[in-house]
Amino acid sequence: MENKLKNCQELLRFITCGSVDDGKSTLIGRLLLDSRSVLADQWAAIEATSTRRGQAQVDLSLLTDGLQAEREQGITIDVAYRYFSTPARRFIIADTPGHAQYTRNMVTGASTADLAILLLDARKGVVEQTRRHAQIVRLLGIRKVVIAVNKMDLVAYGQEAFERVKQEFLNFAEPLDFRDIVFIPLSALNGDGVVLHGEHMPWYTGPTLLELLETVVLDEEILNSSFRFPIQLVTRLSEENGEERRGAQGRVESGTVAVGDEVLLLPSGRTSRVSAIETYAGRISQARAGQSITLVLADQIDMSRGDMIASVAHPPRTGKNFEALVCWFSHTPYDPARRLLIQQTTRCIQGKIETVSARLDIQTSQLIPSPAQVAMNDLVHMGFKVQQPLAFDRYEDNRTTGSFILIDALTHDTVAAGMIV
Amino acid sequence: MKGESGSMKSPQAATLTPLTSSGGGAWAPWDHLDRLESEAIHILREVVAQCTRPVLLFSGGKDSMVLLHLARKAFHPQHIPFPLMHVDTGHNFPEVITFRDQVVKSLGVNLIVRSVEESIRQGRARVRFESDSRNALQAVTLVDAIHEFGFDACLGGARRDEEKARAKERIFSFRDEFGGWDPKNQRPELWDLYNAHVHPGENMRVFPISNWTEADVWEYIARERLDLPSLYFAHRREVVARGDQWIPVTPLTQPRAGEQVEERWVRFRTVGDMTCTCPVPSEARTLEDILRETATSTLTERGATRTDDQTSEASMELRKKQGYF
Repeated sequence: MENKLKNCQELLRFITCGSVDDGKSTLIGRLLLDSRSVLADQWAAIEATSTRRGQAQVDLSLLTDGLQAEREQGITIDVAYRYFSTPARRFIIADTPGHAQYTRNMVTGASTADLAILLLDARKGVVEQTRRHAQIVRLLGIRKVVIAVNKMDLVAYGQEAFERVKQEFLNFAEPLDFRDIVFIPLSALNGDGVVLHGEHMPWYTGPTLLELLETVVLDEEILNSSFRFPIQLVTRLSEENGEERRGAQGRVESGTVAVGDEVLLLPSGRTSRVSAIETYAGRISQARAGQSITLVLADQIDMSRGDMIASVAHPPRTGKNFEALVCWFSHTPYDPARRLLIQQTTRCIQGKIETVSARLDIQTSQLIPSPAQVAMNDLVHMGFKVQQPLAFDRYEDNRTTGSFILIDALTHDTVAAGMIV
Repeated sequence: MKGESGSMKSPQAATLTPLTSSGGGAWAPWDHLDRLESEAIHILREVVAQCTRPVLLFSGGKDSMVLLHLARKAFHPQHIPFPLMHVDTGHNFPEVITFRDQVVKSLGVNLIVRSVEESIRQGRARVRFESDSRNALQAVTLVDAIHEFGFDACLGGARRDEEKARAKERIFSFRDEFGGWDPKNQRPELWDLYNAHVHPGENMRVFPISNWTEADVWEYIARERLDLPSLYFAHRREVVARGDQWIPVTPLTQPRAGEQVEERWVRFRTVGDMTCTCPVPSEARTLEDILRETATSTLTERGATRTDDQTSEASMELRKKQGYF
């Protein structure tokens, strides 16, 4: 059926995760180069730098080199976003550094990704950081992963080495319950398996990395889940039949909505019907997840920014208390004396942490009860209480309504990010 | 801008044609431009909801035209709820200023102009030569204007694909009271949750089209039939060859000794300070021609056209640290 409701399959957002020496920058460089996304002036610049440094081959990792501070110190500071496209699809790469301590950057990059590429060194297989990366990817709700077994050139392109790493990862990842795992042997340095198959691995008949990225089917879950519409702004519309009308402006975060649907306004709990859906281009009769619209309700009920319009049949939870898995971002450890703001969907209110029940050891997947301190990059289970009721879902069920950030009320820094359990 | 009179028949209107039944009806296609547009509208609405005094930085260039169009969509049927501001380097191509004023007049929006010339007169900014690029000096004028009007958010049309410092900048980018960007100390930005809290004197720079590429911008302009300054389309212009570039002959950029003035078919891929913006050879006279040309271009937008970004590998990063947008 051609007109079936479909997610946008033309744009894929993915994250690349790897340890420092896994060749992640080289892999991204290779992907850009062989998909002809590197333009002549960019090539000239990295060629000149490679020559100046006395390197025999052009250093592909220079393509993703960012800021002056990073070049000076030879490190990657933060998340960078890269863009490239092929005739089949457009891609946004969240490129995050591989340092062990930078859980927070990976959490950031993974929060908007549809798919994750985990880089493994064919010689080393699953290492400590692989466990960390896989855990974070899974916690952030990414169910599609590509295991790029890199440096196949250093194991003589042998199938046994590849199979060994594959089995090792499958054993480790079983409890993580990924929906799709694809293993691809490659050499980012020489290009085998990245965009082109190359000649060294005739035993591998699966897709190259780019072929996979171009064809992987994206989840339609966001369209099929329950309707959620956090209100960003309330606007005045033109009068109709002598009645003043007000519209709720926002984006459909999940599910669909149609004129005539019965909906719930939260946290008040009042119900009404959708009387119109307005856009710049005119009225429409239905809207889908991802669409920014103005929603008009049949009844003149009081609504404001921070409220949520939702499905009557499958409403979100509402309340002042919830539990969440929190990643601490701030350089300053958690201090109960500091006042916090909680921003969830379009609502930003005062809140406090009532319990810190356990810390998740990302290496062993074990919960360590009652941690003495919550410091940067820690993942902890916390209990929250907020000033006014929130409408929310479990993060597992809805990435938008189940996520929040914590803001220090005094410094205004974003100090943590949470996923409701 | 076209469409003000209601004459615009954009493909967007076509894809959103009212559908007959609810729920089970036919769904319009949803492509990457729809997704990018909706993301930008979401960001624009967050700015208005969270900030007290936003302003949209408007140069009349293609990216700011896209941004302005998105703002109209975001707040429809109300007017755009913030003023526009142009930081005028005094080195603009006259066609761009004429175009800017036409757009402002046709939309009935409020445009604030603050000029680098004035900052120079006041001694706030200095130049060695009249013909030096004033791109870096814009930061001084911009930060002064932010303080003058008390703006807490400046919306800009910068994109992450333009340049590597931009690739690392947040959509909501915090600036201290000097307007400076601290790349090592940026606020984490997750999901679509934007923290726009600032103290008085500090401000946010917000880039709603961060995730768009040059090709997306051109496709969107073609789809929405947006007007642009004539400079973007192929025209005959006097230029001189210098290095790999064609330097336009203007009152500020005169031929050097031994350089031959030629008249050629060219167009601009970006419009900026006359002293450092070069055209590219082109015969693309329509949006469709430009789309084709952009798809097969072998140079980046900035690499092809900006001489100031080539002086140092880190020049954009340095300018941003000093308050540049």
